Amino acid sequence: MGLVALVAAALVGFWELYHWVWVSTGWTWPFVVNDTSMPHVWTIYNAFGEPAQVNQPALINVLLHKAAFTAKEAAAGFGLGAVIGFVLAVVLAHVRLLQRGFLPYIVGSQTVPILAIAPMVVLWVNPRLPGSLQGWGAVAVIATYLTFFPVTINTLRGLQSADPRALELMRTYAASRWAVLWKLRVPASLPYLFSALRLAATASVVGAIIGELPTGLQDGLGGAIINFNQYYSIEPQELWATNVIAAALGIAFFVIVVLAEKAFVRRAPEETA
Amino acid sequence: MSEVTATPAVVRVEGVTKTFPRGYVTALENIELEIAPREFVSLIGPSGCGKSTLLRVIGDLIEPTAGTVRVNGKSARQARRDGDYGIVFQEAVLYDWRSIAKNIALPLEMLGWSRQRRRERVAEMLDLVELTSFADHHPWQLSGGMQQRVAIARALSFEPSLLLMDEPFGALDEMTRERLNLELLSIWEQTGNSVVFVTHSISEAVFLSSRVVVMSPRPGRIAGVVEIDLPHPRTVDTREASRFFELVTEVRELLRMRGEHLLPEEEAVLE
Repeated sequence: MGLVALVAAALVGFWELYHWVWVSTGWTWPFVVNDTSMPHVWTIYNAFGEPAQVNQPALINVLLHKAAFTAKEAAAGFGLGAVIGFVLAVVLAHVRLLQRGFLPYIVGSQTVPILAIAPMVVLWVNPRLPGSLQGWGAVAVIATYLTFFPVTINTLRGLQSADPRALELMRTYAASRWAVLWKLRVPASLPYLFSALRLAATASVVGAIIGELPTGLQDGLGGAIINFNQYYSIEPQELWATNVIAAALGIAFFVIVVLAEKAFVRRAPEETA
Repeated sequence: MSEVTATPAVVRVEGVTKTFPRGYVTALENIELEIAPREFVSLIGPSGCGKSTLLRVIGDLIEPTAGTVRVNGKSARQARRDGDYGIVFQEAVLYDWRSIAKNIALPLEMLGWSRQRRRERVAEMLDLVELTSFADHHPWQLSGGMQQRVAIARALSFEPSLLLMDEPFGALDEMTRERLNLELLSIWEQTGNSVVFVTHSISEAVFLSSRVVVMSPRPGRIAGVVEIDLPHPRTVDTREASRFFELVTEVRELLRMRGEHLLPEEEAVLE
Protein backbone atom coordinates (compact mmCIF):
# COMPACT_ATOMS: atom_id res chain seq x y z
CA MET A 1 0.00 0.00 0.00
CA GLY A 2 2.81 2.38 0.94
CA LEU A 3 4.56 1.59 -2.31
CA VAL A 4 1.41 2.35 -4.30
CA ALA A 5 1.11 5.76 -2.58
CA LEU A 6 4.79 6.41 -3.26
CA VAL A 7 4.36 5.69 -6.97
CA ALA A 8 1.28 7.95 -7.08
CA ALA A 9 3.30 10.75 -5.50
CA ALA A 10 6.12 10.16 -7.98
CA LEU A 11 3.70 10.31 -10.93
CA VAL A 12 2.22 13.59 -9.68
CA GLY A 13 5.76 14.92 -9.25
CA PHE A 14 6.74 13.81 -12.75
CA TRP A 15 3.62 15.41 -14.25
CA GLU A 16 4.37 18.77 -12.59
CA LEU A 17 8.11 18.58 -13.36
CA TYR A 18 7.40 17.86 -17.03
CA HIS A 19 4.91 20.75 -17.09
CA TRP A 20 7.42 23.13 -15.50
CA VAL A 21 10.39 22.12 -17.73
CA TRP A 22 8.45 22.32 -20.99
CA VAL A 23 6.79 25.62 -20.11
CA SER A 24 9.98 27.30 -18.88
CA THR A 25 12.13 26.11 -21.83
CA GLY A 26 9.37 26.65 -24.38
CA TRP A 27 9.82 23.19 -25.89
CA THR A 28 7.00 22.20 -28.24
CA TRP A 29 7.92 18.58 -28.88
CA PRO A 30 5.92 16.37 -28.95
CA PHE A 31 3.17 18.83 -28.05
CA VAL A 32 2.81 22.30 -26.66
CA VAL A 33 2.54 22.22 -22.90
CA ASN A 34 0.27 24.74 -21.24
CA ASP A 35 -2.53 24.77 -18.67
CA THR A 36 -4.94 23.38 -21.27
CA SER A 37 -2.96 20.43 -22.54
CA MET A 38 -1.66 19.59 -19.06
CA PRO A 39 -3.62 21.28 -16.28
CA HIS A 40 -1.91 21.43 -12.90
CA VAL A 41 -2.66 18.60 -10.51
CA TRP A 42 -4.05 21.07 -7.98
CA THR A 43 -6.33 22.60 -10.64
CA ILE A 44 -7.79 19.15 -11.26
CA TYR A 45 -8.02 18.54 -7.54
CA ASN A 46 -9.78 21.85 -6.94
CA ALA A 47 -12.20 21.17 -9.78
CA PHE A 48 -13.75 18.36 -7.73
CA GLY A 49 -14.91 20.82 -5.09
CA GLU A 50 -16.50 23.34 -7.46
CA PRO A 51 -19.72 23.02 -9.44
CA ALA A 52 -19.18 22.47 -13.17
CA GLN A 53 -22.16 24.64 -13.95
CA VAL A 54 -24.01 27.25 -11.94
CA ASN A 55 -26.76 25.98 -9.65
CA GLN A 56 -25.21 22.50 -9.65
CA PRO A 57 -23.70 20.59 -6.74
CA ALA A 58 -19.90 20.22 -6.56
CA LEU A 59 -18.34 18.29 -9.45
CA ILE A 60 -17.29 15.43 -7.17
CA ASN A 61 -20.91 14.83 -6.18
CA VAL A 62 -22.04 14.88 -9.79
CA LEU A 63 -19.25 12.54 -10.84
CA LEU A 64 -19.80 10.09 -8.00
CA HIS A 65 -23.45 9.96 -8.95
CA LYS A 66 -22.58 9.25 -12.55
CA ALA A 67 -19.92 6.74 -11.48
CA ALA A 68 -22.54 4.87 -9.46
CA PHE A 69 -24.72 4.70 -12.58
CA THR A 70 -21.85 3.43 -14.72
CA ALA A 71 -20.87 1.00 -11.95
CA LYS A 72 -24.40 -0.43 -12.06
CA GLU A 73 -24.08 -1.02 -15.82
CA ALA A 74 -20.57 -2.43 -15.49
CA ALA A 75 -21.49 -4.72 -12.58
CA ALA A 76 -24.50 -6.10 -14.43
CA GLY A 77 -22.38 -6.57 -17.55
CA PHE A 78 -19.61 -8.16 -15.53
CA GLY A 79 -21.95 -10.58 -13.78
CA LEU A 80 -23.77 -11.51 -16.95
CA GLY A 81 -20.54 -11.79 -18.92
CA ALA A 82 -18.89 -13.94 -16.27
CA VAL A 83 -21.83 -16.34 -16.16
CA ILE A 84 -22.19 -16.54 -19.94
CA GLY A 85 -18.42 -16.84 -20.37
CA PHE A 86 -18.20 -19.61 -17.79
CA VAL A 87 -21.14 -21.62 -19.14
CA LEU A 88 -19.82 -21.25 -22.68
CA ALA A 89 -16.41 -22.54 -21.55
CA VAL A 90 -17.99 -25.56 -19.82
CA VAL A 91 -19.99 -26.41 -22.93
CA LEU A 92 -16.99 -25.98 -25.23
CA ALA A 93 -14.78 -28.05 -22.92
CA HIS A 94 -17.20 -30.96 -23.12
CA VAL A 95 -18.07 -30.87 -26.80
CA ARG A 96 -14.92 -30.93 -28.89
CA LEU A 97 -16.81 -30.43 -32.11
CA LEU A 98 -18.43 -27.22 -30.85
CA GLN A 99 -15.06 -26.01 -29.63
CA ARG A 100 -13.51 -26.41 -33.06
CA GLY A 101 -16.51 -24.87 -34.79
CA PHE A 102 -17.24 -21.97 -32.47
CA LEU A 103 -13.95 -20.83 -31.02
CA PRO A 104 -12.88 -18.92 -34.16
CA TYR A 105 -16.14 -16.97 -34.06
CA ILE A 106 -15.76 -16.21 -30.39
CA VAL A 107 -12.31 -14.83 -31.06
CA GLY A 108 -13.68 -13.02 -34.10
CA SER A 109 -16.41 -11.40 -32.01
CA GLN A 110 -13.78 -9.39 -30.19
CA THR A 111 -12.21 -7.97 -33.33
CA VAL A 112 -15.40 -6.03 -34.10
CA PRO A 113 -15.06 -2.55 -32.57
CA ILE A 114 -17.57 -2.15 -29.78
CA LEU A 115 -18.56 1.30 -31.12
CA ALA A 116 -19.61 -0.31 -34.38
CA ILE A 117 -22.07 -2.74 -32.84
CA ALA A 118 -23.33 -0.64 -29.93
CA PRO A 119 -26.12 1.05 -31.96
CA MET A 120 -27.43 -2.35 -33.06
CA VAL A 121 -27.35 -3.68 -29.53
CA VAL A 122 -29.40 -0.71 -28.36
CA LEU A 123 -31.85 -1.22 -31.19
CA TRP A 124 -32.25 -4.94 -30.47
CA VAL A 125 -32.17 -4.94 -26.72
CA ASN A 126 -33.99 -1.80 -25.62
CA PRO A 127 -37.49 -2.59 -26.95
CA ARG A 128 -37.58 -5.83 -24.98
CA LEU A 129 -36.40 -4.40 -21.68
CA PRO A 130 -38.82 -3.61 -18.85
CA GLY A 131 -39.02 0.02 -17.80
CA SER A 132 -36.57 -0.22 -14.93
CA LEU A 133 -33.87 -1.53 -17.27
CA GLN A 134 -34.52 0.90 -20.13
CA GLY A 135 -31.39 2.63 -21.36
CA TRP A 136 -28.78 1.24 -18.99
CA GLY A 137 -29.76 -2.35 -19.72
CA ALA A 138 -28.47 -2.05 -23.27
CA VAL A 139 -25.19 -0.62 -22.00
CA ALA A 140 -24.87 -3.55 -19.61
CA VAL A 141 -25.25 -5.89 -22.59
CA ILE A 142 -22.43 -4.06 -24.35
CA ALA A 143 -20.25 -4.46 -21.23
CA THR A 144 -21.22 -8.15 -21.24
CA TYR A 145 -19.91 -8.44 -24.77
CA LEU A 146 -16.46 -7.29 -23.63
CA THR A 147 -16.53 -9.33 -20.42
CA PHE A 148 -17.48 -12.82 -21.53
CA PHE A 149 -14.55 -13.27 -23.89
CA PRO A 150 -11.56 -13.42 -21.51
CA VAL A 151 -13.67 -15.54 -19.14
CA THR A 152 -14.48 -18.09 -21.85
CA ILE A 153 -10.94 -18.35 -23.18
CA ASN A 154 -9.25 -18.61 -19.78
CA THR A 155 -11.84 -20.88 -18.17
CA LEU A 156 -11.61 -23.21 -21.15
CA ARG A 157 -7.86 -23.47 -20.61
CA GLY A 158 -8.40 -23.88 -16.89
CA LEU A 159 -10.94 -26.67 -17.30
CA GLN A 160 -8.49 -28.50 -19.53
CA SER A 161 -5.59 -27.90 -17.12
CA ALA A 162 -6.68 -30.65 -14.70
CA ASP A 163 -3.88 -33.12 -14.02
CA PRO A 164 -4.35 -36.25 -16.20
CA ARG A 165 -3.50 -38.40 -13.17
CA ALA A 166 -6.21 -36.66 -11.18
CA LEU A 167 -8.64 -37.43 -14.01
CA GLU A 168 -7.53 -41.05 -13.89
CA LEU A 169 -8.15 -41.06 -10.14
CA MET A 170 -11.70 -39.83 -10.79
CA ARG A 171 -12.07 -42.69 -13.27
CA THR A 172 -11.20 -45.19 -10.55
CA TYR A 173 -14.09 -43.73 -8.52
CA ALA A 174 -16.35 -44.19 -11.56
CA ALA A 175 -17.09 -40.47 -11.19
CA SER A 176 -19.79 -38.97 -13.40
CA ARG A 177 -18.90 -36.17 -15.82
CA TRP A 178 -20.79 -33.86 -13.51
CA ALA A 179 -18.69 -34.90 -10.49
CA VAL A 180 -15.47 -34.58 -12.50
CA LEU A 181 -16.56 -31.09 -13.54
CA TRP A 182 -17.42 -29.78 -10.09
CA LYS A 183 -14.91 -31.64 -7.95
CA LEU A 184 -11.91 -31.49 -10.26
CA ARG A 185 -12.15 -29.40 -13.43
CA VAL A 186 -13.79 -26.31 -11.95
CA PRO A 187 -11.57 -26.09 -8.84
CA ALA A 188 -8.52 -26.63 -11.06
CA SER A 189 -9.70 -23.82 -13.33
CA LEU A 190 -10.25 -21.24 -10.57
CA PRO A 191 -6.82 -19.60 -10.84
CA TYR A 192 -7.42 -19.23 -14.60
CA LEU A 193 -10.97 -18.02 -14.06
CA PHE A 194 -9.85 -15.34 -11.61
CA SER A 195 -7.08 -14.02 -13.82
CA ALA A 196 -9.77 -13.69 -16.51
CA LEU A 197 -12.12 -11.97 -14.07
CA ARG A 198 -9.42 -9.42 -13.29
CA LEU A 199 -9.22 -8.56 -16.98
CA ALA A 200 -12.99 -8.67 -17.26
CA ALA A 201 -13.44 -6.33 -14.30
CA THR A 202 -11.66 -3.45 -16.02
CA ALA A 203 -13.05 -4.42 -19.44
CA SER A 204 -16.60 -4.19 -18.08
CA VAL A 205 -16.02 -0.62 -16.84
CA VAL A 206 -14.50 0.40 -20.18
CA GLY A 207 -17.36 -1.39 -21.95
CA ALA A 208 -19.97 0.46 -19.90
CA ILE A 209 -18.39 3.86 -20.53
CA ILE A 210 -18.01 3.24 -24.25
CA GLY A 211 -21.49 1.76 -24.40
CA GLU A 212 -22.90 5.03 -23.06
CA LEU A 213 -21.45 7.04 -25.94
CA PRO A 214 -23.61 5.88 -28.87
CA THR A 215 -26.66 5.36 -26.66
CA GLY A 216 -26.60 9.03 -25.74
CA LEU A 217 -27.17 8.26 -22.04
CA GLN A 218 -26.32 11.29 -19.88
CA ASP A 219 -26.52 9.56 -16.48
CA GLY A 220 -23.10 7.89 -16.51
CA LEU A 221 -19.42 8.72 -16.84
CA GLY A 222 -19.57 8.21 -20.62
CA GLY A 223 -22.09 11.02 -20.90
CA ALA A 224 -19.89 13.21 -18.69
CA ILE A 225 -16.86 12.50 -20.86
CA ILE A 226 -18.74 13.51 -24.04
CA ASN A 227 -20.01 16.63 -22.31
CA PHE A 228 -16.69 17.80 -20.82
CA ASN A 229 -14.92 17.00 -24.08
CA GLN A 230 -16.85 19.81 -25.71
CA TYR A 231 -15.64 22.30 -23.10
CA TYR A 232 -12.09 21.01 -22.94
CA SER A 233 -10.45 24.16 -24.32
CA ILE A 234 -12.11 26.26 -21.61
CA GLU A 235 -12.09 23.92 -18.61
CA PRO A 236 -9.80 20.96 -19.23
CA GLN A 237 -9.64 20.08 -15.54
CA GLU A 238 -13.23 18.83 -15.62
CA LEU A 239 -12.46 16.12 -18.20
CA TRP A 240 -9.34 15.19 -16.26
CA ALA A 241 -11.35 14.96 -13.06
CA THR A 242 -13.81 12.66 -14.85
CA ASN A 243 -10.93 10.49 -16.06
CA VAL A 244 -9.63 10.18 -12.51
CA ILE A 245 -13.03 8.97 -11.32
CA ALA A 246 -13.34 6.56 -14.28
CA ALA A 247 -9.90 5.13 -13.49
CA ALA A 248 -10.80 4.83 -9.80
CA LEU A 249 -13.95 2.92 -10.75
CA GLY A 250 -11.95 0.47 -12.88
CA ILE A 251 -9.44 0.00 -10.07
CA ALA A 252 -12.25 -0.56 -7.55
CA PHE A 253 -13.69 -3.36 -9.74
CA PHE A 254 -10.24 -4.88 -10.08
CA VAL A 255 -9.59 -4.78 -6.34
CA ILE A 256 -12.95 -6.42 -5.57
CA VAL A 257 -12.04 -9.33 -7.85
CA VAL A 258 -8.59 -9.67 -6.28
CA LEU A 259 -10.15 -9.75 -2.79
CA ALA A 260 -12.69 -12.35 -3.91
CA GLU A 261 -9.89 -14.47 -5.31
CA LYS A 262 -8.02 -14.29 -2.00
CA ALA A 263 -11.15 -15.47 -0.22
CA PHE A 264 -12.02 -18.33 -2.60
CA VAL A 265 -8.86 -19.78 -4.06
CA ARG A 266 -6.65 -21.96 -1.93
CA ARG A 267 -3.45 -22.84 -3.67
CA ALA A 268 0.18 -23.43 -2.97
CA PRO A 269 2.17 -20.25 -2.40
CA GLU A 270 3.95 -19.33 -5.63
CA GLU A 271 7.45 -19.86 -4.28
CA THR A 272 6.86 -23.54 -3.51
CA ALA A 273 4.82 -24.26 -6.62
CA MET B 1 -12.17 -58.85 9.46
CA SER B 2 -14.69 -61.57 8.77
CA GLU B 3 -13.85 -65.07 7.63
CA VAL B 4 -12.88 -64.92 3.99
CA THR B 5 -11.34 -68.34 3.41
CA ALA B 6 -14.34 -69.65 1.51
CA THR B 7 -14.68 -66.68 -0.85
CA PRO B 8 -13.37 -66.88 -4.41
CA ALA B 9 -10.21 -65.18 -5.61
CA VAL B 10 -10.26 -61.40 -5.32
CA VAL B 11 -8.49 -61.06 -8.65
CA ARG B 12 -8.51 -63.62 -11.43
CA VAL B 13 -6.55 -62.75 -14.57
CA GLU B 14 -7.05 -65.22 -17.43
CA GLY B 15 -5.12 -65.20 -20.68
CA VAL B 16 -4.70 -61.42 -20.69
CA THR B 17 -2.85 -59.96 -23.66
CA LYS B 18 -2.38 -56.29 -24.32
CA THR B 19 -0.92 -54.82 -27.48
CA PHE B 20 -0.83 -51.10 -28.01
CA PRO B 21 -2.11 -50.12 -31.44
CA ARG B 22 0.78 -47.85 -32.29
CA GLY B 23 3.40 -50.00 -30.65
CA TYR B 24 5.67 -52.69 -31.90
CA VAL B 25 5.63 -54.02 -28.34
CA THR B 26 3.29 -56.58 -26.90
CA ALA B 27 2.94 -55.11 -23.42
CA LEU B 28 1.39 -58.25 -21.94
CA GLU B 29 1.16 -61.75 -23.36
CA ASN B 30 -1.14 -64.42 -22.02
CA ILE B 31 -0.96 -63.48 -18.34
CA GLU B 32 -2.50 -65.87 -15.80
CA LEU B 33 -2.69 -64.70 -12.22
CA GLU B 34 -4.90 -65.32 -9.25
CA ILE B 35 -4.88 -63.31 -6.04
CA ALA B 36 -6.54 -64.65 -2.89
CA PRO B 37 -8.21 -62.55 -0.19
CA ARG B 38 -5.69 -60.96 2.19
CA GLU B 39 -2.83 -61.68 -0.18
CA PHE B 40 -0.08 -59.12 -0.77
CA VAL B 41 1.25 -59.63 -4.28
CA SER B 42 4.11 -57.63 -5.76
CA LEU B 43 4.71 -57.29 -9.48
CA ILE B 44 8.37 -56.71 -10.20
CA GLY B 45 10.39 -56.43 -13.39
CA PRO B 46 12.41 -54.06 -15.54
CA SER B 47 10.89 -51.09 -17.37
CA GLY B 48 8.65 -52.22 -20.21
CA CYS B 49 7.75 -55.58 -18.67
CA GLY B 50 4.13 -54.51 -18.44
CA LYS B 51 3.76 -54.59 -14.66
CA SER B 52 2.02 -51.20 -14.54
CA THR B 53 -0.05 -52.18 -17.57
CA LEU B 54 -1.20 -55.31 -15.76
CA LEU B 55 -2.15 -53.24 -12.70
CA ARG B 56 -4.12 -50.87 -14.92
CA VAL B 57 -5.88 -53.73 -16.66
CA ILE B 58 -6.94 -55.09 -13.26
CA GLY B 59 -8.22 -51.62 -12.33
CA ASP B 60 -10.08 -51.23 -15.66
CA LEU B 61 -8.06 -48.14 -16.49
CA ILE B 62 -7.09 -49.81 -19.76
CA GLU B 63 -8.77 -52.67 -21.57
CA PRO B 64 -6.96 -55.86 -22.44
CA THR B 65 -6.72 -56.82 -26.10
CA ALA B 66 -7.62 -60.40 -25.21
CA GLY B 67 -8.45 -62.36 -22.07
CA THR B 68 -10.56 -61.57 -19.04
CA VAL B 69 -10.12 -60.00 -15.63
CA ARG B 70 -12.52 -60.81 -12.82
CA VAL B 71 -12.46 -58.87 -9.57
CA ASN B 72 -14.55 -60.31 -6.74
CA GLY B 73 -16.24 -62.51 -9.33
CA LYS B 74 -17.31 -59.51 -11.42
CA SER B 75 -15.95 -57.95 -14.58
CA ALA B 76 -13.20 -55.41 -13.95
CA ARG B 77 -15.52 -52.65 -15.18
CA GLN B 78 -18.30 -53.60 -12.79
CA ALA B 79 -15.79 -53.87 -9.95
CA ARG B 80 -14.50 -50.38 -10.68
CA ARG B 81 -18.05 -49.03 -10.70
CA ASP B 82 -18.79 -50.78 -7.42
CA GLY B 83 -15.73 -49.25 -5.74
CA ASP B 84 -14.07 -52.62 -5.21
CA TYR B 85 -10.57 -51.21 -5.32
CA GLY B 86 -8.62 -48.20 -4.14
CA ILE B 87 -5.57 -47.03 -6.03
CA VAL B 88 -2.32 -45.28 -5.10
CA PHE B 89 -0.09 -43.89 -7.84
CA GLN B 90 3.59 -43.00 -7.77
CA GLU B 91 2.58 -39.41 -7.07
CA ALA B 92 0.05 -38.74 -4.33
CA VAL B 93 -2.23 -36.78 -6.73
CA LEU B 94 -3.83 -34.78 -3.93
CA TYR B 95 -6.08 -31.84 -4.73
CA ASP B 96 -4.30 -28.66 -3.71
CA TRP B 97 -7.52 -26.79 -3.02
CA ARG B 98 -8.69 -29.35 -0.49
CA SER B 99 -7.44 -29.85 3.04
CA ILE B 100 -5.95 -33.23 3.95
CA ALA B 101 -9.23 -34.28 5.57
CA LYS B 102 -11.20 -33.19 2.50
CA ASN B 103 -8.82 -35.07 0.22
CA ILE B 104 -9.45 -38.27 2.12
CA ALA B 105 -13.19 -37.60 1.98
CA LEU B 106 -13.21 -37.18 -1.81
CA PRO B 107 -14.20 -40.76 -2.74
CA LEU B 108 -16.75 -40.77 0.09
CA GLU B 109 -18.41 -37.65 -1.36
CA MET B 110 -18.58 -39.43 -4.70
CA LEU B 111 -20.33 -42.36 -3.01
CA GLY B 112 -22.85 -40.02 -1.45
CA TRP B 113 -21.94 -40.60 2.20
CA SER B 114 -23.52 -38.23 4.70
CA ARG B 115 -21.38 -35.46 6.15
CA GLN B 116 -21.47 -37.07 9.59
CA ARG B 117 -20.39 -40.47 8.29
CA ARG B 118 -17.64 -38.90 6.19
CA ARG B 119 -16.28 -37.03 9.18
CA GLU B 120 -16.15 -40.17 11.30
CA ARG B 121 -14.42 -42.22 8.61
CA VAL B 122 -11.90 -39.49 7.81
CA ALA B 123 -11.00 -39.31 11.50
CA GLU B 124 -10.44 -43.09 11.52
CA MET B 125 -8.29 -42.95 8.39
CA LEU B 126 -6.22 -40.03 9.70
CA ASP B 127 -5.63 -42.08 12.82
CA LEU B 128 -4.65 -45.11 10.73
CA VAL B 129 -1.96 -43.20 8.81
CA GLU B 130 -1.04 -41.13 11.88
CA LEU B 131 -1.78 -37.75 10.39
CA THR B 132 -4.57 -36.61 12.70
CA SER B 133 -2.86 -33.34 13.56
CA PHE B 134 -2.55 -32.48 9.85
CA ALA B 135 -6.27 -32.75 9.04
CA ASP B 136 -6.65 -29.07 8.21
CA HIS B 137 -3.34 -28.63 6.43
CA HIS B 138 -3.12 -28.37 2.68
CA PRO B 139 -1.14 -30.86 0.58
CA TRP B 140 1.77 -28.53 -0.21
CA GLN B 141 2.46 -28.20 3.50
CA LEU B 142 3.27 -31.93 3.79
CA SER B 143 6.41 -33.89 2.89
CA GLY B 144 6.35 -36.41 0.03
CA GLY B 145 6.09 -39.35 2.42
CA MET B 146 3.21 -37.77 4.32
CA GLN B 147 1.42 -36.98 1.08
CA GLN B 148 1.69 -40.62 0.06
CA ARG B 149 0.21 -41.67 3.42
CA VAL B 150 -2.73 -39.38 2.68
CA ALA B 151 -3.10 -41.08 -0.71
CA ILE B 152 -3.19 -44.46 1.03
CA ALA B 153 -5.78 -43.22 3.50
CA ARG B 154 -7.88 -41.90 0.62
CA ALA B 155 -7.60 -45.21 -1.25
CA LEU B 156 -8.71 -47.19 1.80
CA SER B 157 -11.36 -44.76 3.06
CA PHE B 158 -14.29 -46.54 1.40
CA GLU B 159 -13.08 -50.00 2.49
CA PRO B 160 -12.33 -51.52 -0.90
CA SER B 161 -11.43 -55.20 -0.80
CA LEU B 162 -8.49 -54.59 -3.12
CA LEU B 163 -5.69 -52.04 -2.97
CA LEU B 164 -3.78 -51.33 -6.19
CA MET B 165 -0.42 -49.58 -5.75
CA ASP B 166 1.65 -48.43 -8.72
CA GLU B 167 5.21 -47.80 -7.45
CA PRO B 168 3.76 -45.80 -4.55
CA PHE B 169 7.10 -45.17 -2.86
CA GLY B 170 9.21 -44.94 -6.01
CA ALA B 171 9.69 -41.19 -5.73
CA LEU B 172 10.73 -41.23 -2.08
CA ASP B 173 14.16 -41.51 -0.52
CA GLU B 174 15.34 -44.87 0.83
CA MET B 175 14.83 -44.02 4.53
CA THR B 176 11.28 -42.76 4.01
CA ARG B 177 10.53 -45.71 1.78
CA GLU B 178 11.56 -48.26 4.40
CA ARG B 179 9.54 -46.52 7.10
CA LEU B 180 6.48 -46.42 4.85
CA ASN B 181 6.99 -50.12 4.03
CA LEU B 182 6.59 -50.89 7.73
CA GLU B 183 3.58 -48.61 8.02
CA LEU B 184 1.96 -50.14 4.96
CA LEU B 185 2.35 -53.63 6.41
CA SER B 186 0.79 -52.55 9.68
CA ILE B 187 -2.11 -50.93 7.79
CA TRP B 188 -2.52 -54.07 5.68
CA GLU B 189 -2.62 -56.21 8.81
CA GLN B 190 -5.31 -53.97 10.30
CA THR B 191 -7.50 -53.70 7.22
CA GLY B 192 -7.11 -57.13 5.64
CA ASN B 193 -7.13 -55.95 2.02
CA SER B 194 -5.68 -57.81 -0.89
CA VAL B 195 -2.85 -55.75 -2.33
CA VAL B 196 -1.31 -55.62 -5.80
CA PHE B 197 1.93 -53.70 -5.50
CA VAL B 198 4.06 -52.67 -8.48
CA THR B 199 7.69 -51.94 -7.69
CA HIS B 200 11.22 -51.71 -9.08
CA SER B 201 12.80 -52.64 -5.79
CA ILE B 202 13.57 -56.29 -5.05
CA SER B 203 14.03 -55.80 -1.31
CA GLU B 204 10.79 -53.84 -1.05
CA ALA B 205 8.90 -56.58 -2.90
CA VAL B 206 10.33 -59.34 -0.73
CA PHE B 207 9.83 -57.44 2.51
CA LEU B 208 6.17 -56.61 1.87
CA SER B 209 4.73 -59.51 -0.04
CA SER B 210 3.15 -62.87 0.43
CA ARG B 211 4.06 -63.56 -3.19
CA VAL B 212 6.38 -61.87 -5.66
CA VAL B 213 5.46 -62.13 -9.34
CA VAL B 214 8.57 -61.62 -11.47
CA MET B 215 7.90 -60.30 -14.96
CA SER B 216 10.08 -60.11 -18.07
CA PRO B 217 9.77 -57.73 -21.01
CA ARG B 218 9.10 -58.02 -24.75
CA PRO B 219 6.60 -59.45 -24.59
CA GLY B 220 5.49 -58.85 -21.00
CA ARG B 221 5.25 -62.25 -19.35
CA ILE B 222 5.35 -63.79 -15.91
CA ALA B 223 8.86 -65.19 -15.55
CA GLY B 224 8.21 -66.85 -12.24
CA VAL B 225 6.53 -66.55 -8.87
CA VAL B 226 8.35 -66.58 -5.52
CA GLU B 227 6.40 -67.46 -2.38
CA ILE B 228 7.61 -65.30 0.50
CA ASP B 229 7.48 -67.36 3.66
CA LEU B 230 8.92 -64.75 6.01
CA PRO B 231 6.97 -64.74 9.27
CA HIS B 232 4.61 -61.95 10.31
CA PRO B 233 4.74 -59.43 11.81
CA ARG B 234 7.70 -58.25 9.80
CA THR B 235 9.99 -55.72 11.45
CA VAL B 236 13.23 -53.91 10.77
CA ASP B 237 14.98 -57.14 11.76
CA THR B 238 13.26 -59.02 8.94
CA ARG B 239 15.51 -57.23 6.47
CA GLU B 240 18.54 -58.71 8.24
CA ALA B 241 17.31 -62.30 8.41
CA SER B 242 19.20 -64.82 6.28
CA ARG B 243 15.91 -66.08 4.78
CA PHE B 244 15.26 -62.54 3.56
CA PHE B 245 18.54 -62.56 1.65
CA GLU B 246 17.85 -65.99 0.19
CA LEU B 247 14.52 -64.78 -1.13
CA VAL B 248 16.03 -61.55 -2.49
CA THR B 249 18.62 -63.67 -4.30
CA GLU B 250 15.94 -65.95 -5.67
CA VAL B 251 13.98 -62.99 -7.09
CA ARG B 252 17.14 -61.42 -8.47
CA GLU B 253 18.16 -64.61 -10.24
CA LEU B 254 14.73 -64.95 -11.80
CA LEU B 255 15.10 -61.40 -13.09
CA ARG B 256 18.63 -62.12 -14.38
CA MET B 257 17.70 -65.36 -16.05
CA ARG B 258 14.92 -63.72 -17.98
CA GLY B 259 16.80 -60.51 -18.44
CA GLU B 260 19.65 -61.64 -20.63
CA HIS B 261 18.28 -59.66 -23.52
CA LEU B 262 17.77 -56.54 -21.44
CA LEU B 263 19.22 -53.21 -22.49
CA PRO B 264 22.07 -52.00 -20.26
CA GLU B 265 19.99 -49.24 -18.63
CA GLU B 266 17.28 -51.76 -17.77
CA GLU B 267 19.90 -54.01 -16.25
CA ALA B 268 20.97 -51.09 -14.10
CA VAL B 269 17.43 -50.70 -12.80
CA LEU B 270 17.58 -54.17 -11.31
CA GLU B 271 20.62 -53.48 -9.17
